[in-house]
Amino acid sequence: IWVSEMLQLPLVVTAQVDLLLVLVSLLAFWTRLSHLSYPNAVVFDEVYYGQFVSLYMKRVFFIDDSGPPLGHMILAFGAYLGGFDGNFVWNRIGAEYPTTVNVWSLRLLPALCGALCVPLVYLLTLELKFSHLSALGAAVLLLLENSLIVQSRFMLLESVLIFFVLLAFFSYLRFHNASWSRYIWLILSGVSCGAVVGVKYMGLFSYLLLLVVASLHTWKLIGDKTISHRNVCVQCVHRVLCLVVVPVLLYVFWFYVHLSFLNRSGPHDQLMSSAFQASLQGGLSRITRGQPLEVAYGSQVTLRSSVSQPIPCWLHSHKVNYPIRYDNGRGSSHQQQVTCYPFKDVNNWWIIKDPGRQQLVVDTPPRPVRHGDVIQLVHGMTSRFLNSHDVAAPMSPHTQEVSGYIDFNVSMPAQNLWRVDISNREAESEVWKTILSEVRLVHVNTSAVLKLSGVPLPDWGFRQLEVVADKLFKAHSSSLEWTVEEHRYGTSQEQKEREAELHSPTHIDVDRKISFWAKFVELQWKMLTVKQEESEHKYSSSPLEWITMETNIAYWLHSSTNAQIHLIGNPVSWGVGNLSLLAYQLLAVVYLLRRRRGLKDVPDGVWDQFVCLGCVCVGGWLVNFVPFLLMDKTLFLYHYLPALCYLYLLSPALLEHAHTHLLSSLTHQRALCVGALAVLLSIFLTYRTFCPLTYGSPELSAHQLQGLKWRDTWDILYRRR
Amino acid sequence: MLVAGLSFSTRLYKLTEPPHVCWDETHFGKMGSYYINRTFFFDVHPPLGKMLIGLAGYMSGYNGTFPFIKPGDKYENQNYWGMRGFCAVLGSFLPIFAYLIVLELSNSCTAAIIAATLLIFDTGCITISQYILLDPILMFFIMAAVLSMVKFNQQRYRSFTASWWFWLVLTGINLAGALGVKFVGLFVIVLVGLNTIGDLWRLLGDMSLSLVDIAKHFLARAFALILLPLILYVTIFAVHFVVLNKSGPGDGFFSSAFQSRLIGNNLHNASMPEYLAFGSTVTIKNLRIAGGYLHSHWHLYPEGVGARQQQVTAYLHKDYNNLWVVHRQQDNNSQSGNPDLVRHGDIVRLEHKETTRNLHSHLHEAPLTKKHFQVTGYGINGTGDANDLWQMEVCGGRKGDPVKVLRSKVRFLHRATGCVLYSSGKTLPKWGWEQIEVTCSPYLKETPSSQWNIEDHINPKLPNISLSVLKPNFLEILLESHIVMFRGNSGLKPKDNEMNSKPWHWPINYQGLRFSGVNATEYRVYLLGNPVVWWINLASLGLYFTMVAVASIATQRGFSLGQQRIEHSLVLVRGGGLLMLGWLLHYAPFFTMGRILYFHHYFPAMLFSSMLTGLTLDILFRSADLLLHPPYSYWFQRTGQLLLLFSILYSFYLFHPLSYGMTGPLAHEPGSAMAGLKWMDSWEF
Repeated sequence: IWVSEMLQLPLVVTAQVDLLLVLVSLLAFWTRLSHLSYPNAVVFDEVYYGQFVSLYMKRVFFIDDSGPPLGHMILAFGAYLGGFDGNFVWNRIGAEYPTTVNVWSLRLLPALCGALCVPLVYLLTLELKFSHLSALGAAVLLLLENSLIVQSRFMLLESVLIFFVLLAFFSYLRFHNASWSRYIWLILSGVSCGAVVGVKYMGLFSYLLLLVVASLHTWKLIGDKTISHRNVCVQCVHRVLCLVVVPVLLYVFWFYVHLSFLNRSGPHDQLMSSAFQASLQGGLSRITRGQPLEVAYGSQVTLRSSVSQPIPCWLHSHKVNYPIRYDNGRGSSHQQQVTCYPFKDVNNWWIIKDPGRQQLVVDTPPRPVRHGDVIQLVHGMTSRFLNSHDVAAPMSPHTQEVSGYIDFNVSMPAQNLWRVDISNREAESEVWKTILSEVRLVHVNTSAVLKLSGVPLPDWGFRQLEVVADKLFKAHSSSLEWTVEEHRYGTSQEQKEREAELHSPTHIDVDRKISFWAKFVELQWKMLTVKQEESEHKYSSSPLEWITMETNIAYWLHSSTNAQIHLIGNPVSWGVGNLSLLAYQLLAVVYLLRRRRGLKDVPDGVWDQFVCLGCVCVGGWLVNFVPFLLMDKTLFLYHYLPALCYLYLLSPALLEHAHTHLLSSLTHQRALCVGALAVLLSIFLTYRTFCPLTYGSPELSAHQLQGLKWRDTWDILYRRR
Repeated sequence: MLVAGLSFSTRLYKLTEPPHVCWDETHFGKMGSYYINRTFFFDVHPPLGKMLIGLAGYMSGYNGTFPFIKPGDKYENQNYWGMRGFCAVLGSFLPIFAYLIVLELSNSCTAAIIAATLLIFDTGCITISQYILLDPILMFFIMAAVLSMVKFNQQRYRSFTASWWFWLVLTGINLAGALGVKFVGLFVIVLVGLNTIGDLWRLLGDMSLSLVDIAKHFLARAFALILLPLILYVTIFAVHFVVLNKSGPGDGFFSSAFQSRLIGNNLHNASMPEYLAFGSTVTIKNLRIAGGYLHSHWHLYPEGVGARQQQVTAYLHKDYNNLWVVHRQQDNNSQSGNPDLVRHGDIVRLEHKETTRNLHSHLHEAPLTKKHFQVTGYGINGTGDANDLWQMEVCGGRKGDPVKVLRSKVRFLHRATGCVLYSSGKTLPKWGWEQIEVTCSPYLKETPSSQWNIEDHINPKLPNISLSVLKPNFLEILLESHIVMFRGNSGLKPKDNEMNSKPWHWPINYQGLRFSGVNATEYRVYLLGNPVVWWINLASLGLYFTMVAVASIATQRGFSLGQQRIEHSLVLVRGGGLLMLGWLLHYAPFFTMGRILYFHHYFPAMLFSSMLTGLTLDILFRSADLLLHPPYSYWFQRTGQLLLLFSILYSFYLFHPLSYGMTGPLAHEPGSAMAGLKWMDSWEF
């Protein structure tokens, strides 16, 4: 909507309203927003995003490796507006929402974003310097795309991503083309770039494309000798600030909001370091609050391994020995087992002992343990010393066995001295601190390092994880690091009293904080490295199948009738998109070759426009499609939707180009127009045909459903009656 | 000459030490022996490298009898020096090639000498050239291809002369060589391809050339750089298949038709009943390339993976668990008299011979391909249910056609659900012994994955007929062996416990590879680049980017530069760009690879990086007059060059035991000869 106000006398307001734009926008809102709360049941991936929305409402900390937090926060904001209290269990697709859940508000924001994409595409086409008719064409293609409608109408993130991508490109091009109030657009572009990357990691590629386009423009600017050096510098700095610094800051800001919002302990605590956990309310911080900070001789501690793969666990021992012979015939020391155990247990307690003295209690004042000190570790419940020797470990025979030492009098002397090596002593201190220090225990006799191998032991070891001492001295392997988690100063020398002491819970009070940056880095790293069990899904597909729309996804099926919702695109538009992609590439190659031979088919201005179109649309398609080919993840058809939007942007513009510059005779031009109209009509008809599968109503008979199965590979569900 | 002399002497020094098998010699030495013995084997790399190793061994009097079982085995009296010497000689050419390439690209002798020095005194390059490995051969061909390409570029104003043709054809030959050794050769092909496209683009813009001339140029390049290498590459495979004509350890990976070529294989001149009959014992092979035999064993599917019944998989090796008995729906005891033939459309029940379970499917999700149904072994001793029945169809057959052993493609359609027996090609996790998944697919499209053939056929009641199985033609063999190789390559996934080397480790020389010896008492060789050389390379990459950025912004802004400066920036952008592209092409793709990676994969990229360093540093020294006045800038230039030379030589002196062998205590223990040289904790010497 163009509104230009001119202050003159007499005071008048002239408003220009692009009626086409208003019309498509209204239609978009109607297609995306009508009957939004139907079906009143959990649809497809709502079951996945929903759990995070609930956790936001309860302010419980979680980790999700599927994307940065902005997307989840937007969904949660929608839920917040609707007064959702987080009390709904998202456990099954198709489960009915209770009346307390405001479904409409849950789905509102993605639907709004989806609807706004339509006018954005219209404006973007205009910024690419194509006509209003082309803009209308692109908007209609987007408007009547069934898959986009389905994806926008539920609590999913693709429409949000597409919205921000389009907004970023639109505002950047507006900045590039406009002569006045340009920097507002540049800032808006930077902000939307930050949002794009904040919603999904895939957005990063679109962002990079925008940076490439911007740097090409900047490169031209640098070459422009009519502008002074100073002016060039200023402009470059502006661009870098808005397009690089702003998005990066925003990205960090999303995490800041995320972390400051989620301050309660929850299901994923265990994945994080002890220090991180201690900063959350409840959970570990409730237990560890008030522990003494410095580990001293006589301290009673639990030692947690720094790796959280496969599961977090604590150094453990129990009154069972290694079997004399393993299944494969190898022998063991038959001493007491030492393992890593993923649950809190009284057998996880160890006491730190000075090798030169007998006592197991803390002196007053306590003598703290420092980097380089040699200690012994006594198992609290069994009083065995942590020991290692040149015997092959049960599951990893290339490493040394670790045991609780028992003297069988078989000339196997105790080797139970360990040197404390605090690996983050530069950042923390030379003194061994609870939670904060990452410690390696180096075996004095063999200089092997205590290590969690992570291999589960067989039944004789109760499936607990194997702990070994590894001679290889590899830097920075977190399987070598241990932190003290629970800690208290031991007071009883007698075994019986000590056992009672170990059984009693710890408390004393202090609060510990770690900085936002430390939390941000840890969370980001964990998100990128946490691997979830990837397996094929019934509706998953491979990227090459997307081009031909080989598969669909069933989103929802009514619990008793045949009414159902599928993610199926509009086959006609899909074909048009693919065709125009091909046509553009062919045309570009022909143009390039001919221009190289000095034959200029189109004037330079038009050529620039053509190149810009290709950069944005074909480039956009490539960056949103090719990376999937290299990914090892479970992929779905909806991953293709951002790439598809670029094709819809391309098609009408290319048609206009052909109409104006390729076809010379009037009859050809008319034929093209008629053809385009016919295609539009058939797009509308197919949209109508697939509407029942898009909106989930009306219910179709099995026969009608059969008729909609245009491809053999589509899975459409029939209820047997 | 000096470069050549130094290069050969560093590579050939202490060549025969250690006198035992080192690291991957266990593979490539063994494969060389296979060529001498003419035994068929399977490897994920194309054959040229191993053929050359075999040839070198043969020429130097090695008789192919050494088993190469594991690293550390003593060679005793075997003539292993021939194979090592061959690799070392090829490896010695690398610095010479680097010298010539940089000389062509920069026209500066200093740059060329820097590049060659970096390579001559790099411990990593020395170590990797001294053993029976594919890498020296691969790198030889890569560098030779780049050299001939650069030479060819110099001939651009003498089109279609003899020397023009010579370098063009030589480029093509070297490309074929590089690809014939390892698939990494593809990267240098891409490099040459991009260079050629750029070249053609330049010609296209040259208005003095007519379109016919351009077509001639195009055709000449297409012939020499596409057709010729292709022919050579195919020839290499032809030689490979002709030489290896005896059955060996690689048979099971290939189709029945392929196996019939190999002397000693049970399908070679096989004789068995011609038509499949009820009561026969058979093995059933999937027609997918590297598809495997239908297999079952006593183990059950684990909890949570469909029904807890016996596993059915596809297995690549020959095994008695691959045997199945073909039964009618009901009867179990074969009747007297001549058995009935199985015909198209007949209902059969397949009983696993070892466990007497029936091949069974039902409406449970398959373990990996969730869209398909699970296939299990069910029932015992002939009892079962209606889900054990399969309809046998001959592809392209009509009702009543008999099923020909080996030759018919058959499908098994499940009666109850209508799905078809299918091998997805995905590897099952540990519980399935990493065999291949077998499912029942509801999609009935005819693909090789759903087609099977009967391979072994045992029925004492039928007369055996000698089958001269359709010998596959050469193209089929070629295609098949390639698909098998690619499968093999992508199947090399890192194991959980193994320390995996990451691509970002490589340029910083983060961690090497142990070639030989672990303990203090052993003779140790450790593949690790000379850290000074590698870190100079790394720094030069950054320097290169800065210099190019400064130079191009200056040009774009239209600052007036001197003639000499313009030449420098041209060398930087053109020559440096080519080397940079080479480095990127040989390095970046590894980030996307899912297979297991090793440190030595970086060496081809390191060659490019070293050449780039030579070029960059030379121009940096020459540009000293930007900041300093003439006499000082000259001194700066000389001092810089000498300092560089000295630091490389001194670091080589320090680190040479890495390549030439160390004994005594490890570096972090007291009394070691390498004490104080463990600059990074991750080095393990």
